[in-house]
Amino acid sequence: MFLKYLASTDHKVIGLLYGFTSLLFLLVGFVLVLVIRWQLAYPGDPVPLIGGWLGEANAPGGIVLPEFYNQLGAMHGTIMVFLGVVPLAVGAFGNYLVPLQIGAPDMAFPRLNLASYWCYVAGGAVMLASFFVPGGAANNGWTSYAPLSDLAPGAGQTMWLAGMLFIICSSLLGALNVITTIVQLRAPGMTWFRLPFFVWAQFITAFLLLLAFPALQAAAILQGMDRLAGTSFFLPSGLAVSGQRLEVAGGGNALLWQHLFWFLGHPEVYVLILPAMGIVAEVVANNTRKPLWGYRVMVYSLFVLGVLSFVVWAHHMFLTGMGTAVSAFFQTTTMIISIPSVVILSSLMLSLHGGSIRFTTPMLFALAFLPMFGIGGLTGLPLGLATTDIALHDTNYVVGHFHYLVAPGTIFALFAGIYHWFPRVTGRMLNDWLGRIHFAGSLVCMNVIFLPMFVQGLAGVNRRLWDGGAEYVHAQEVLYLNVPMSMAAFALAVFQLFFIANLFLSLRGGPAAEPNPWRATTLEWRTGGEPVRVYRDPYAYSVPGAPSDFVPQYQAEPQRAGA
Amino acid sequence: MQALPYTTEVRPDTGLTNPKLGIWLFLASEVMLFGSFFSSYALLRSGAQAWPDQSAVLSVPLGTLNTVILITSSATMVLSLSAIRARHLDRFRRYLRLTLLGGVAFLAVKTFEYGDKFSHGLAPGDDNFLGLYFTLTGVHALHVLVGLAVNAYLLWPGSRMWRTEPERFANRVEVAGIYWHFVDVVWIVLFPVLYVL
Repeated sequence: MFLKYLASTDHKVIGLLYGFTSLLFLLVGFVLVLVIRWQLAYPGDPVPLIGGWLGEANAPGGIVLPEFYNQLGAMHGTIMVFLGVVPLAVGAFGNYLVPLQIGAPDMAFPRLNLASYWCYVAGGAVMLASFFVPGGAANNGWTSYAPLSDLAPGAGQTMWLAGMLFIICSSLLGALNVITTIVQLRAPGMTWFRLPFFVWAQFITAFLLLLAFPALQAAAILQGMDRLAGTSFFLPSGLAVSGQRLEVAGGGNALLWQHLFWFLGHPEVYVLILPAMGIVAEVVANNTRKPLWGYRVMVYSLFVLGVLSFVVWAHHMFLTGMGTAVSAFFQTTTMIISIPSVVILSSLMLSLHGGSIRFTTPMLFALAFLPMFGIGGLTGLPLGLATTDIALHDTNYVVGHFHYLVAPGTIFALFAGIYHWFPRVTGRMLNDWLGRIHFAGSLVCMNVIFLPMFVQGLAGVNRRLWDGGAEYVHAQEVLYLNVPMSMAAFALAVFQLFFIANLFLSLRGGPAAEPNPWRATTLEWRTGGEPVRVYRDPYAYSVPGAPSDFVPQYQAEPQRAGA
Repeated sequence: MQALPYTTEVRPDTGLTNPKLGIWLFLASEVMLFGSFFSSYALLRSGAQAWPDQSAVLSVPLGTLNTVILITSSATMVLSLSAIRARHLDRFRRYLRLTLLGGVAFLAVKTFEYGDKFSHGLAPGDDNFLGLYFTLTGVHALHVLVGLAVNAYLLWPGSRMWRTEPERFANRVEVAGIYWHFVDVVWIVLFPVLYVL
């Protein structure tokens, strides 16, 4: 009975499998960071509650060792990005909703879809298993910079590479499936510019997954050769480790790893962001009861974002000494790519104007996404300019910047999506009050965690410090911030309990939802499995003269009020 | 539950079947994979203090032989497709067997080359040229192996589909062919880059 679901090729079942698995990985990544936050606020104190489970080799007496701290950092990033957010945004939401929203019977390649899910599970299993091998998991940062990662002892880093190969295979299969589905399986009448914005966002995201991820695949194979076959692709000549000259051929290039990694890594940022924008657009249009402001311009902006995201990667590398001409090129493209992001965000803001907004729980998350993403985006500008980046690089400022984009940004959008589509999936509504507590608590806590990071970063506090900066003179004045930040992180964990309880309680006991509880226009709310025809643009809300304030895409002619 | 459309028939406005679009997208991803490898090669070689004379380390005659074998097998792949489109199952089988044989011969030559390098004490860790040679040709050989598996499937167990859905089976041969030609094209770039330049 249960096994039937694990081998189903139905896109809805696979979407739910992705959703369930990725939420578990988000939880794992979150627990890792809670240990990190404890260590930053109270370096050298034993971790309460779960300290005993961390293992004597990692945390004797519950006190986190520096080596284990590095594992926590590297694996928190890896798990959150590759096993949590992307599979939830693309694997779960994309799989479940894209075929429904375009009126397709399923994904174009149902069996590849299932294979994609199991590749993802295999990659995740390898990553988790790496914690239990001698030497522990990868501990070279989520970016695995060479030569550190090349020379790291133990099997952890090699397993990280193997896990990445599985995950990239998974996203390759998923991406070509999404693109083929959208190109080939749109229902009659579903022209390109009648696609909901969410589908457009998934479409562009799939291209990024398809074309950017192979660079890390190549990089992982090359690093695997370095580690296992003794090559020195990333090991320069004359490298010495602990005062000993390294016995390798040399002649490699450590920056090659960074180029390959960030060629994946920067489009990856847009893989995190675009589906989130898609979800927010759906929720905003539905709850303002208005068409999206500037739908077409938003779609064009997606294209510009998609193309430009392939030519900005080296803004992560301003400090490598790659030369001022190269830096100037990449800072220019970086400034240009902020324009389409601002266009989309501004369009979403302008969509609010003049609407009679329904403040439903999903809408609250979507509304919070806008300023949070705004803070994340604007704080990125000083990092995109080579001059200011020199001071800010590798400080907590960077950590604050991208967490604003991904945590109260993307993850809020994903929460909005879960609250919005839960009735579609389960036929029951989520509890509104638990949802509002979850929302308000998360919003406050996220800001208390991430806002002080800018202050610490501007003071020069480096990221990845085991003691949170206690050893550094210049960090002393902002060191006190670590305690409230960590307290907020623990409170954030408590507020997530409201979400988890809500999910499980509402699954059984939530009030039954109507077929279209949010009175939405897009196809996924249609009942009945017969083939569909599409008659209109995606957001026919408040059409003058129509009998209700929404006309679904599948409805032939809006019946006139008097007729 | 509706059946999936355009698995066999062409969607009028895109002019494609699902599998054909799928394989082209897959190859786009593969281009980026091998593109990353070739870029790495260019960066490592241009930054190297010394680079061995490639044609002296590797055997150009054997590389040429393999190039001829692989191009021939691509040609027989095309012939097998046109045979199956013309509904000649026997001719299709004959040409696909030749294609398979070409793939096996390619891997045999490659294995001999690898063995020859190892027996002369040359290993991937000796210098970055040899490292790249083994990595790039190794990844390519894996692609050849996958192609062999796909072609063998179409030749034997997969050909049952011919009796029930001949059109769909011919499309599968076409898709397998597109992949096989891509593997061939990668080699046509690999050969001069690694053996001659």
